[in-house]
Amino acid sequence: MSTLSVHGHEGAHHEEDHGHHHHKETFLSKYIFSMDHKMIAKQFLVTGITMAVIAMILSILFRIQLAYPDKAFPLMETLLGRFAPGGRLNADFYLALVTIHGTIMVFFVLTAGLSGTFSNLLIPLQLGARDMASPFMNMLSYWFFFTASVVMLSSFLVQKGPASGGWTIYPPLSALPKAMPGSGMGMTLWLISMVLFIASSLMGAINYVSTVLNMRTKGMDLWKMPLTIWAFFLTAILGILAFPVLVAGVVLLIFDRSFGTSFYLSEIVLGGSAQPFEGGSPILFQHLFWFLGHPEVYIVIMPAMGISSEVMSVNSRKPIFGYHAMVYSLIGITVLSFIVWGHHMFVTGMNPFLGGVFMITTLIIAVPSAVKTFNWLATLWRGNIRFTSAMLFAIGMVSFFISGGLTGIFLGNAALDINLHDTYFVVAHFHLVMGSAAIFGMLAGVYHWFPKMYGRMMNEKLGYLHFWLTFIGAYLVFFPMHFMGLDGVPRRYYAFTEFESMKRWLSVNTFITWAAIMAACAQVAFLVNFIYSMFWGKKTVQNPWEANTLEWTAPIEHFHGNWHGEIPTVYRWPYDYSKPGAEEDFIPQTVPLSQTMSSNLPHDFEDNPAGLEAHAKWTSTQKSNEEVK
Amino acid sequence: MANIEQEDKHQFAPKKFNMWVFVFTSFMFFAALTSGFIVYSGGHGTGIDIKLPAIFTYSTIVIVASSITMYLASKAARELQFGKQRLFLTITILLGVAFFAIQSYAWLVLLPGMGIYFSNPNASQSFVYVFIWMHLLHILAGVLLLANTLWGTYRNKPQVKNLFGMQMSSIFWHFVDIIWIYLYVFLLLNQY
Repeated sequence: MSTLSVHGHEGAHHEEDHGHHHHKETFLSKYIFSMDHKMIAKQFLVTGITMAVIAMILSILFRIQLAYPDKAFPLMETLLGRFAPGGRLNADFYLALVTIHGTIMVFFVLTAGLSGTFSNLLIPLQLGARDMASPFMNMLSYWFFFTASVVMLSSFLVQKGPASGGWTIYPPLSALPKAMPGSGMGMTLWLISMVLFIASSLMGAINYVSTVLNMRTKGMDLWKMPLTIWAFFLTAILGILAFPVLVAGVVLLIFDRSFGTSFYLSEIVLGGSAQPFEGGSPILFQHLFWFLGHPEVYIVIMPAMGISSEVMSVNSRKPIFGYHAMVYSLIGITVLSFIVWGHHMFVTGMNPFLGGVFMITTLIIAVPSAVKTFNWLATLWRGNIRFTSAMLFAIGMVSFFISGGLTGIFLGNAALDINLHDTYFVVAHFHLVMGSAAIFGMLAGVYHWFPKMYGRMMNEKLGYLHFWLTFIGAYLVFFPMHFMGLDGVPRRYYAFTEFESMKRWLSVNTFITWAAIMAACAQVAFLVNFIYSMFWGKKTVQNPWEANTLEWTAPIEHFHGNWHGEIPTVYRWPYDYSKPGAEEDFIPQTVPLSQTMSSNLPHDFEDNPAGLEAHAKWTSTQKSNEEVK
Repeated sequence: MANIEQEDKHQFAPKKFNMWVFVFTSFMFFAALTSGFIVYSGGHGTGIDIKLPAIFTYSTIVIVASSITMYLASKAARELQFGKQRLFLTITILLGVAFFAIQSYAWLVLLPGMGIYFSNPNASQSFVYVFIWMHLLHILAGVLLLANTLWGTYRNKPQVKNLFGMQMSSIFWHFVDIIWIYLYVFLLLNQY
């Protein structure tokens, strides 16, 4: 505490050197090893988009295999060489594609790309801080992420190909280097990459939590924070609690792979010879994995929820419906996410009673999720909706969250899950509820905060084209999968034509593949828009969306420190849109109540008796003036 | 409060908070390992099945003593007695190194001597090694952090920075001590 009193005196001088501080920035310190949260956010975004494009191409490759299992595409051999001999995808490589597609999308795009970008950009800007708690750690976080990405992709260059045991890397497949080609070097690289990735995530999350709790500007109490910040804050807490558990699981897996221990391996015969392992429990890995894995899906979706809430409120020109309920439901999801992991393990021979417990906790998550959904719909209800690209994507996020969430209620039931486990029904469910929904939330964020990041606007027409093609494409891809799953078609199979009962789904698979190709082409519209607008887009104005939050009070040009002079003070919550009696349909958080007498309401003065008195006095004078007239 | 910190150039308070959160992530890591042990040994029906060698009691005494000297070093730093601060910091580091040595002796010599190997059909026994190693990694980090703080006292840092360094290392060092006590008690309770 003594540190504070010493530095209290320096405050005044310090502001000054922030105002005029233009110390020389080299290319390296500005663009590469930047410690400015805005630049780090952009680094995360560009890396995240690059990884997303790569993972999308991987998915198109295996979709082609699923649609045309018996056809040879000589071009494939040209592109992939030994992974596609004779123009047909190798079965092992098919599994590697599925695995790496999942890993990249879940971790590298929707965890780092989403949280990394928007937590970094918005936490300091929306809370009124000059930067993160530890800018250096923030920089490290990006470079660990970058290294992790490079290591993950480098596994395509090793002889036997990347890890291929599925993104959940269950042992024994992942624990025995000789179990399948991808379990060798590819799996090792996967593990190294993930350890780096977790270090990156943790460094980021620690910074986010600390910044939110310690560095808010004057007046910004927790209940004046935008829902984006609430979402990022709780996401970071989830990461802090969950990722170390995955590290523990991975450490034991590494010992099993390379040091001959038997944590996960029991008696097993491989290629005709008995292995020296004894007594291990593969279920142990599943417990450790899903203790992370389930919170992980909320790490993916909660930032998208926060972004959508903010974007929908701004573009409906209405306060978010049920702000407190929105926060409490996020907290509810955060807490519940830690006691539901067993629903991934209903078919592991789990005690049915325990399964019942996990089933109940899982189904309870429907409550906060429904609260959020109804609140979004109520926010849209009778709003003056502005259909910006960001708004469309936010609404799309809600749509996917509803249609994917409903099937979650099916899968959460142990009795149903025993039938649906590991079928395309699961694939359809999570691609809608966390895949499409989260990516739409992320895209909503990109369209909405692009002007803040690059000082230019994105093209709306291209944005609409991108939205409609992607929205329709995603439904065409994932909706039919529900029916395949109900028919018992298992996921991760290489060729359906090999099985009599699945042959009839070939036509559906062809259809899905073409829908996926269309949706993938639609992303070109986004990439063109993104890159073009970055350099040649229309210049933005200070507050292009007429939003209330603090980031739009910061100067358009970027410099380390965000605001010249003093950081603005906050006087009100962020959702004063279309307040009756106000001159405009938005009142920024920095406008004091004393400047908006005509729109103040008694409940604006909770815990502020002096203000309430002034308000009562003002209204009574107004009334008596009316009478005089 | 928040306003004063807002313009606190070094952001000491948020950085200290970072350390607390980091400590918490480490705690979660050990919680996960011990939970893993419980799941494993519960499902398998075997504990560690040995009586832990007495040497772990000695290492525990050493690490507790280091916590006391760490406290004395912090106290000296607050009272501006820098000679004393350096002395106690040095003792803390030496005790840390001694702990490292004792633990290493235990897993390198004693445990294999008792027929307890890392590569083992009873993974409960492998877990003992994992606990020790993962904790020693933290000890290593802690000793480096302490050495860095000690080095800082010779470079004429301003007192605020000196105190900040001391607080950061205290948080972490006391934490690794507590974690060992937790692990040791956990192992003792699961001997059979």
